[in-house]
Amino acid sequence: MKITVERAVLLKALAHVQSVVERRNTIPILANVLLAAQDGTLRLTATDMEIAVVEEISGVQITRPGRTTAPAATLYEIVRKLPEGAKVELDHAGGDAALKLRAGRFNTDLSVLPVEDFPAMTDGKLPFGFALPAGQLRELIDRTRFAISTEETRYYLNGIFLHATDSAGAPVLRAVATDGHRLARIEEPLPEGAAGMPGVIIPRKTVNEVRKLAEETQDEIAIRLSETKIRFEIGTVHLTSKLIDGTFPEYDRVIPRGNDKILRVSKKEFAEAVGRVAAISSERSRPVKLSIDRNHLLLSASSAEQGQAQEELDADVVQYESSPLEIGFQARYLNDITDQIADQVEFRFADGSAPTVVTDSAKPEALYVLMPMRV
Amino acid sequence: MATVPACWARRGFGTRRAEMPALCRDCCEALPADAARCACGGRRLLRHPELFTLTVAHVDCDAFYASVEKRDRPELLARPVIVGGGRRGVVAACCYIARTRGVRSAMPMFKALAACPDAVVIKPEMAKYVAAGRQVRSLMQDLTPLVQPLSIDEAVLDLRGTEALHRAPPAIVLARFARAVEREVGVTVSIGLAPNRLLAKLTAERDKPRGFAVLGQGEAAGWLAPQPVGVLPGIGPALERRLGAVGITRLGQLAALPPLEAARRLGEEGPLLAARARGEDARPVDPARETKSISAETTFESDLAAQAALEARLWPLCEKLARRLGEQGFAAGGVVLKLKTAAFATRTRTVRLAIPTRLPETLFAATRPLLADAADGTAFRLIGIGAQPLAPAAEADRGDLADPEAPRRAARWAAVETLRARFGAAAVLQGRSLPPKGG
Repeated sequence: MKITVERAVLLKALAHVQSVVERRNTIPILANVLLAAQDGTLRLTATDMEIAVVEEISGVQITRPGRTTAPAATLYEIVRKLPEGAKVELDHAGGDAALKLRAGRFNTDLSVLPVEDFPAMTDGKLPFGFALPAGQLRELIDRTRFAISTEETRYYLNGIFLHATDSAGAPVLRAVATDGHRLARIEEPLPEGAAGMPGVIIPRKTVNEVRKLAEETQDEIAIRLSETKIRFEIGTVHLTSKLIDGTFPEYDRVIPRGNDKILRVSKKEFAEAVGRVAAISSERSRPVKLSIDRNHLLLSASSAEQGQAQEELDADVVQYESSPLEIGFQARYLNDITDQIADQVEFRFADGSAPTVVTDSAKPEALYVLMPMRV
Repeated sequence: MATVPACWARRGFGTRRAEMPALCRDCCEALPADAARCACGGRRLLRHPELFTLTVAHVDCDAFYASVEKRDRPELLARPVIVGGGRRGVVAACCYIARTRGVRSAMPMFKALAACPDAVVIKPEMAKYVAAGRQVRSLMQDLTPLVQPLSIDEAVLDLRGTEALHRAPPAIVLARFARAVEREVGVTVSIGLAPNRLLAKLTAERDKPRGFAVLGQGEAAGWLAPQPVGVLPGIGPALERRLGAVGITRLGQLAALPPLEAARRLGEEGPLLAARARGEDARPVDPARETKSISAETTFESDLAAQAALEARLWPLCEKLARRLGEQGFAAGGVVLKLKTAAFATRTRTVRLAIPTRLPETLFAATRPLLADAADGTAFRLIGIGAQPLAPAAEADRGDLADPEAPRRAARWAAVETLRARFGAAAVLQGRSLPPKGG
């Protein structure tokens, strides 16, 4: 294989694929990127056995077609440090010979591993397919991924549950994540082709990789899936991932329906006050207490070592008409949710110890449930 | 001390009252040997031939959670109080008034309320109990450095060598301690004073609540002999039935087994159990050794390698561990899987739980992936499961947004255990514990 390619083009492709490569790898071949040059295109593939990312770049000058694998992280680092506008030549004589990389007066020899050792990840049959605008996919991810659990024992919570369902009679595509303490649920109108799709749990790493790739585009993203795999086609990148083989809990029954004590508070003032009050304690699990009275909200936190802090919010930013209430939440959980809300946060409480519903007053299609802490 | 036949000593024979050391539990002073009552007016007198020579004490707070609640809400003093319920649905602690109506710890709440409909049910507030428990512990540590906590409200103390420091023998120091706890913490304790840990523990049970019981070396064997074997820590319902099957129902029979015979009939632990039945216990009081884990394990008749076969052996251990956690008032904050290979190499795998549990199915679900990981075709001779770290029972199985059914499963397990306690272990079985079809 011998090719010449623009540094910027190669760098972008390497950035896309190398991020799936695990930094600490027990299987050497998984640290490598597969390079395949043929018919004017260079195809780069990287995998961790759960996710495979493939990118095809065209406009590559191919002197001699061929295939090899090289260490992904090293190759990426080198290309990143080459001067802008450089032309990169990759030359592999075949077999065990080193991959020679030349750019201007720089050259290096990278050791390669046999192409045959590179694990092939087959997509299998992906019977369901639909397309989402990149912006919608980003929203589905952003509004749920903070609630993904890292717990080992309930592995089925380690991802976003994506499924087709009905909401108020309209078909929707819904994404849900929960770690047991909070639950995030958002829905979009069901895209064409998604009806009848199985509910799937997309692993956290896949979610994060897809989110990175979706950052760069405004186009539609094509999604195909089966019960065991999902594929995202984002521009020139195809990412295929295994799905979590498990049953997501029946989340619907933990979403309270009858909470009738409604607090509306301006997001900016609320989020900032939570941050300030919570700063009194270095312990992350310390609660911030909300003492709510008619159009009045007192936030307070205390720590045995540091003392206590409080801040009041008044009628200019707070609306509350129900009976007085005291309730505590972990500050980080509050902020994770308010980060997703634009202007006004709406809390719906039952009492000081029951799950609380939080929404964006302007965006009811996203909903969060938060377990209170004892204060 | 003059040695007399144990059965005499038990009745106070052999030592005339005039020679028997005594103390008043109210003013905490030694009394003239023949005093009928104390000068302070106190009638709670303690007399025992070995009163001023024994040093090992087992201290247990009475109905601890319930007592703390009554302390904080004096208007409940005369009412039956149950701590527990809420989402967990079982009794975590109940006061002595509730106990007279038949309420017991770990009983499902619906049963407790059926027995005692006027009970005041209070949700557990662990932070409060932990604080009170610490206060009690710190009072203990004022007496001796040899304090070994056994749970939040229970510890064993060795006061050997403290007489010079306190200018009083251990019995008097302990009587003062009991008063101090009442005064400063506002709960009562029961004390068992004896020559060793085992006897101290058994003795503490004899005079609850607000008790102080003494068991001397001379009377120990005689007192133990007529007791049912089940009172001995380490003899659970299963072993009790096995002993019963060979005609051993009283500790005296167990005590009489020579070591070889005990080993042959009861396995490795046999000689130790026989020694315990005689009241012998050489375990030192070790302040560094808190209960850190509770476990259950089993050795196979022939080595096993297949994952399914190992899982089949894992399930009963999960049930056993859940039962032990229940008995000892703990929950599992994490799980340890232990496997011993045919070549006697030990493999362990651990995992932390998001919510502590005392349910067999949750323990099983957490351990199964660990087993899948460890079972690589190697032949194993032993499998074990342990709870580590331990967590307070009140934090167990509360359920969360991802598992709202946990409290119901906890209530179901408690109900099943109640049935088993009444009708035997085979009264309710999980399908999983039955042999496979045709097997």
